[in-house]
Amino acid sequence: MCVTSKEVITAMKARTLGRHFRESFKSLGRNGWMTFASASAVTVTLILVGVFFVIMMNLNKVATTIEEDVEIRVHIDVAANEQDQEVLRQKIEGISEVKTVEYSTKEKELDSLIDSLGEEGEAFKLFEQDNPLNDVFIVKTKNPADTMKAAKQIEKMEYAAKVKYGQGQVEKLFNFINAGRNVGLVLIIGLLFTAMFLISNTIKITIMSRRKEIEIMRLVGATNSFIRWPFFLEGLWLGLLGSIIPIALVSTAYYYAFDYLAPKLEGHFIKLLEFSPFVYQISGLIILMGALIGVWGSLMSVRKFLKV
Amino acid sequence: MIDMKDVYKRYPNGVTAASGIDVHIKQGEFVYVVGPSGAGKSTFIKMMYREEKPSSGTITIDGVNLATLKNAKVPLMRRKIGVVFQDFKLLQTLTVYENVAFALEVIEEHPKNIKKQVMETLDLVGLKHKARMLPTELSGGEQQRVSIARSIVNSPKVVIADEPTGNLDPDTSWEIMNIFDEINTRGTTVVMATHNKEIVNTIKHRVIAIEGGRIVRDEQRGDYGYES
Repeated sequence: MCVTSKEVITAMKARTLGRHFRESFKSLGRNGWMTFASASAVTVTLILVGVFFVIMMNLNKVATTIEEDVEIRVHIDVAANEQDQEVLRQKIEGISEVKTVEYSTKEKELDSLIDSLGEEGEAFKLFEQDNPLNDVFIVKTKNPADTMKAAKQIEKMEYAAKVKYGQGQVEKLFNFINAGRNVGLVLIIGLLFTAMFLISNTIKITIMSRRKEIEIMRLVGATNSFIRWPFFLEGLWLGLLGSIIPIALVSTAYYYAFDYLAPKLEGHFIKLLEFSPFVYQISGLIILMGALIGVWGSLMSVRKFLKV
Repeated sequence: MIDMKDVYKRYPNGVTAASGIDVHIKQGEFVYVVGPSGAGKSTFIKMMYREEKPSSGTITIDGVNLATLKNAKVPLMRRKIGVVFQDFKLLQTLTVYENVAFALEVIEEHPKNIKKQVMETLDLVGLKHKARMLPTELSGGEQQRVSIARSIVNSPKVVIADEPTGNLDPDTSWEIMNIFDEINTRGTTVVMATHNKEIVNTIKHRVIAIEGGRIVRDEQRGDYGYES
């Protein structure tokens, strides 16, 4: 009779935790079809989210690659002597957004131009005697999005004859990439919320049938956390159970998709994310999301039966 | 043991189910709560185990004021009170033994004590030999005895019963009453809402009559006082 709140608050006994585990498994078995339905809801959602994530992450990777290719080419005025060039370089390096400044002589520029054009480039070899190109500083910014900002500053500098970074296109590209990322994020969040409601509704049905059990527990003096534990675990198992098929499916699909697509895309300078560690990361993420939506759904549905 | 002072209960729909109730029930008393349907008996009973909170006034059980009790403390308070209902509220998938043991398991009683206490209690209500049966295999009276066993297995100071014989035939009702009497002789306070005129008039105890949310009569060894 002398039960104090302190005793209740003390750490859960191993015995009690054991009971919660047993109860949660028993309940999964007892509510066989509901277990199946809830786990399926998790499965379907996680497959969608998983596939979506794989696509999003790869697009993001492509976008990052493209972003990283963006560079500012500063054509150095032919009138500049070595000292002037050095001053210009230091000024460029002084811009806070700038990461690296590389120097390329006009001879090197011509070589790479000839190389990039292949056989047609042979014609340009005539210029080797009288090179019309400028020496160039190749500037990269720490954050590709700052390219325009840095370029504008460089334009004003002495001996910077021409500043090229793909004006126009770069802005469009960055806008496009940003929009794509935002849309993807919104879609993923939307999908996750839909999943949570789907699951919480399914679990609610299982809990409805156990109303009496909860009512009796409350009546004989079980604490709310004691009542909640088995449901918490049950949600966790449902989430984990529901993430098995999505992981298998997404991993297998990615394995074959990578095999098939990677060689075809190579020519376009597009690289997909390597199978390892990407698939392990995505699997971890799917498990985590499964566990979260399972637990959340379960706790949400039990909540309204616990109002004293 | 139970003290109600100037207790009012108004529901959001405007119904006043308790208006100015003052009552004192001593440890070890047996009290019948009688009155016509809709008089406020159930609210009176429900406030005692804090299923309903009073709108104003104080309800003290064993020194704890239920009106100001925090929600988190309610489970601890409930462990001092056994509740029995008209519809038994047994879990159909559990055996008789498991139904009674359930009440101890969920308050984290030590397994060693559970078996002993459950068997003793089943013996008291005369169902030791049916411990392994499911509720569906029992008669109504037997099911109610399981429900009583569950309410007292934790040795509460108070047992509150809401129409415990409401679903039972007269003979079975007497058996159930004998068990409540036995529990009471062991020192447990019993508060029972009932419509059973014969029982109230035969097994004499204190009678509290409620009408329109007020106590209209409170007599030691009283009569039922209504035509049933």
